[in-house]
Amino acid sequence: MRCIVMVRATKDSESGVMPRKELIEAMGKFNEELVKAGVMLAGEGLKPSSNGKRVHFSGAKRSVIDGPFTEAKELIAGFWLWQVRSMEEAVEWVKRCPNPFEGESEIEIRQVFEPEDFGAEFTPELREQEERQRKQMARQK
Amino acid sequence: MATDTHRAIDAVWRMESPRLIAGLTRIVHDIGLAEDLAQDALVAALEKWPESGVPDNPGAWLMATAKHRAIDHFRRNTRLDRKHEELGRDLAAKEMAVPDLDSALDDDVGDDLLRLVFISCHPVLSTEAQVALTLRLLGGLTTEEIARAFLVPEPTIAQRIVRAKRTLAEKRVPFEVPRGSDLGARLSSVLGVLYLIFNEGYSATAGDDWMRPALCEEALRLGRILAGLAPREPEVHGLVALMEIQASRSKARAGPKGEPILLFDQNRAHWDQLLIRRGLAALEDAEKMGAAPGAYALQAKIAACHARARTPEETDWHRIVTFYDELSQVSPSPVVELNRAVAVAMAFGPAAGLELVDSLIGEPSLRNYHLLPSVRGDLLKKLSRFDEARAEFARAASLTQNARERELLLERVQECGGRAGPPDPR
Repeated sequence: MRCIVMVRATKDSESGVMPRKELIEAMGKFNEELVKAGVMLAGEGLKPSSNGKRVHFSGAKRSVIDGPFTEAKELIAGFWLWQVRSMEEAVEWVKRCPNPFEGESEIEIRQVFEPEDFGAEFTPELREQEERQRKQMARQK
Repeated sequence: MATDTHRAIDAVWRMESPRLIAGLTRIVHDIGLAEDLAQDALVAALEKWPESGVPDNPGAWLMATAKHRAIDHFRRNTRLDRKHEELGRDLAAKEMAVPDLDSALDDDVGDDLLRLVFISCHPVLSTEAQVALTLRLLGGLTTEEIARAFLVPEPTIAQRIVRAKRTLAEKRVPFEVPRGSDLGARLSSVLGVLYLIFNEGYSATAGDDWMRPALCEEALRLGRILAGLAPREPEVHGLVALMEIQASRSKARAGPKGEPILLFDQNRAHWDQLLIRRGLAALEDAEKMGAAPGAYALQAKIAACHARARTPEETDWHRIVTFYDELSQVSPSPVVELNRAVAVAMAFGPAAGLELVDSLIGEPSLRNYHLLPSVRGDLLKKLSRFDEARAEFARAASLTQNARERELLLERVQECGGRAGPPDPR
């Protein structure tokens, strides 16, 4: 499964305070571990929301809102895309991540929809049928 | 709460067990004993962690526990075996001298993992045993999971693993990274195992299960790890590139009923652009080494030609033909020739392709290969030789073991039905 791992923004990240050298190094080492374990597919840090835009939809109307946006903890400061075997594995990896900011911060893990989450080919009935066939075949061998 | 911890332990185990087993094998010189010790550590974790919580550095905890078990084990066997006693004392001494086990291990971990990869795919083992051992030791899969993935009863897999470990011990296979002229052959055996696992997941050879994404993901993950462990081997990057690009199509490869969709009928908007980019980057890494491309890099180049084409019509078939020409030099096989024939047909017309396919008809290794009549049928159909095409599709349908593929081929038989017309001017 894949998950997107989002680092929540803080006042510091929103005001453009750059992380200290030690943190950058620690984060670099963590990223290296992720790559070595075949976990990291992609990852980026984001500029403060003062550089961002929002497009608001209201029916057919669209209006553009300039950053910065309030409520830092609802914004994200960076993200990874990971390939892991379970949500628990993602949690274990996040626990090994250096604290992305000084003091309080938060990282959120969200699972990405996979092909098998969609479409009629993976209805529960079909899954069950496959399961039965597998068992049958296992018995025949 | 207890089940949460158990799931966390399971996740930690999958993450840590390859490094654990690799590190222990270096110390105890026996892969079976190393796995037993690692399992002992897991059992200890299952006892302790639900109460104490998962420790901050679970990998180091497991390693320290396993090492203590190793020392106990050797002490217990002291009277039986002098050599074991020495090993035990050695180990205890090392432990005293190096208080920070984790950092002492860190430097060697990469090498140990690489050694574990090579020993799991050692040529003294059968391919089946290599695959099972790789998934078990490096993938951290249970025997039950491996059995399910390969549609084989669990005891068969368990036996395969036990026998493999015994063979490695009996033949005294060293725990090492091969050097010099040995390396090439040994590496190709490792890459072969990974690609086999990938293909088993990508296109099931038997049964109704068209895709088994877990095996593909596992092969890709192991490939990416290997690329980090052996970054100067172009074919490792070549194989990773090939797998990334092939995996990029997985969303587009099956229709709503799970029926296979062929490359040209796939909705290219469903191709995973991130995986394509990763594949192209891996291919660049392979090319950077400057060596003549190997079989995997060439296949990746071919896959990349498809990945770069936004529509089937944009496919650069002439370029693909040149890559197949190279591939048939580097790794000649009737299957490569068959693929080359398809590319030639696309670049220079079905008649040119058919000529090549016809030259393969007597090939013994393709006698029961369903893609030979399937390709031949396709070319005959393009040449409006419908009666012959129908017979070929029927033959292909009778040869494939994949039920969904069979359905597709039987549909093609129908398509050739009562139709008869003037021959295609091409």
